[in-house]
Amino acid sequence: MTARTVLQATDIQRALTRISHEILEANRGAADLVILGVPTRGVFLAHRIADIIASIEPGTIVPVGSLDVTMYRDDLLDQPTRASSATDVPVAIDGSTVVLVDDVLYSGRTVRAALDAVTDLGRPKSVRLAVLVDRGHRELPIRADYVGKNLPTSHAERINVHLVETDGTDLIEIAGESE
Amino acid sequence: MRHLLSTADLARDEAIGLLDSSEDMATTADRAHKKLPALRGLTIVNLFFEDSTRTRISFEVAEKRLSADVINFAAKGSSVSKGESLKDTAQTLTAMGVDAVVIRHGASGAAYQLANRGWIDVPVVNAGDGTHEHPTQALLDAYTIRKRVHGSSSRGKGLDGLRVTIVGDIAHSRVARSNAWLLTTLGAEVTMVAPPTLLPHARESFPVVMESDLDAVLATNPDAVMMLRIQKERMHHAFFPSEREFSQLWGLTAERFARLSERTLVMHPGPMNRGLEICSEAADSPQSTVIEQVANGVFVRMAVLYSVLTGSEA
Repeated sequence: MTARTVLQATDIQRALTRISHEILEANRGAADLVILGVPTRGVFLAHRIADIIASIEPGTIVPVGSLDVTMYRDDLLDQPTRASSATDVPVAIDGSTVVLVDDVLYSGRTVRAALDAVTDLGRPKSVRLAVLVDRGHRELPIRADYVGKNLPTSHAERINVHLVETDGTDLIEIAGESE
Repeated sequence: MRHLLSTADLARDEAIGLLDSSEDMATTADRAHKKLPALRGLTIVNLFFEDSTRTRISFEVAEKRLSADVINFAAKGSSVSKGESLKDTAQTLTAMGVDAVVIRHGASGAAYQLANRGWIDVPVVNAGDGTHEHPTQALLDAYTIRKRVHGSSSRGKGLDGLRVTIVGDIAHSRVARSNAWLLTTLGAEVTMVAPPTLLPHARESFPVVMESDLDAVLATNPDAVMMLRIQKERMHHAFFPSEREFSQLWGLTAERFARLSERTLVMHPGPMNRGLEICSEAADSPQSTVIEQVANGVFVRMAVLYSVLTGSEA
């Protein structure tokens, strides 16, 4: 099993900073933004983006939370039982612009589940998607609005995202049968 | 987890996993839209051979919150009154395409039989079997204690170092049995208090301390006191001279309640016999968790149903 590093800590930091600027640009400021991370790593990325936005636009506080999508997945009967995670949405999302944050966008099925989960929470004005890595191979008509890095991969490969909060270091690597 | 029949065979990790999952289920309770789609398309039958209000409704609410289709079966008014056996009743229901069975039965071991005899091939959840076990009640009790003690930082924690006293009709109590195993597995020290006639016969098989002097045990300031219901329907002999005597010696009277530390939780699985095993002062106090236990029962049952019905082995 070979693993090659494709993003270092500084690359991740730059990508998140750019995504934060893009979110602010598209939203014309931080008004009505709610940033929701998909557990586990999406939640930490969501907090980082909220912190960066607060540093770009001093005085703004963007509500940030976690949105567990386990109960909305379409593969609950085919996989070993999945443990759920906490959902913590600090504000009512009606009328807001929700930015979903996840680490890797792959089949799109997690995002599909997340959209259903958002719908059960309220009716936001719009929902956007930010991901650190887009590795392709979509199985549903879903795309990200903000992408840290496009990493074309084969199905046989794995993308390992390490974050300081969960793994002690910031690093993204591709593992597996890279020709 | 394939079935939930007993708390005795739950490992600590499994039990904590169920409690954590229950916390996630609880976050839906204060939403406008309370349902989750996890069990959509699955059918669950609640097979109740014994009367029950709160357990049956709690399971039904839990099933509906997870979007399952629910069939309620009560033995009264069914073919059981024509003499149909448990095996035939269960096979008839599963032949109609039921995906899981929740069973309450007066015979100890009924849930185990249903799960292990090869009669049916779906997950079985024990909702109380005779005087044997009531595992979801123990899980909701453990959840309630953990939540009160650890608050928002309860995830991942057990009940290590906590002292829980269970008082009353231990011998007939499936709640006491399930709690004895589960609370001990989670690290709590359990003491059971009852008149000698209402303590179980095989005392050495329980991982708990058995006492008969309630006042001596309460003087040690336990973290929680769980009062059990006096089960008149299971008492075919005279186990104590009179209700009045029972209440004076083993009831949580106003006088005993006043001596309890303010941080001792007062628990009761319901339905309460007010004035017999528990006084109203205790039942309605801020230390009382009786209403929370009912609310938490739904979350715990959601977690159990999710666990037995999802996964590739299910």
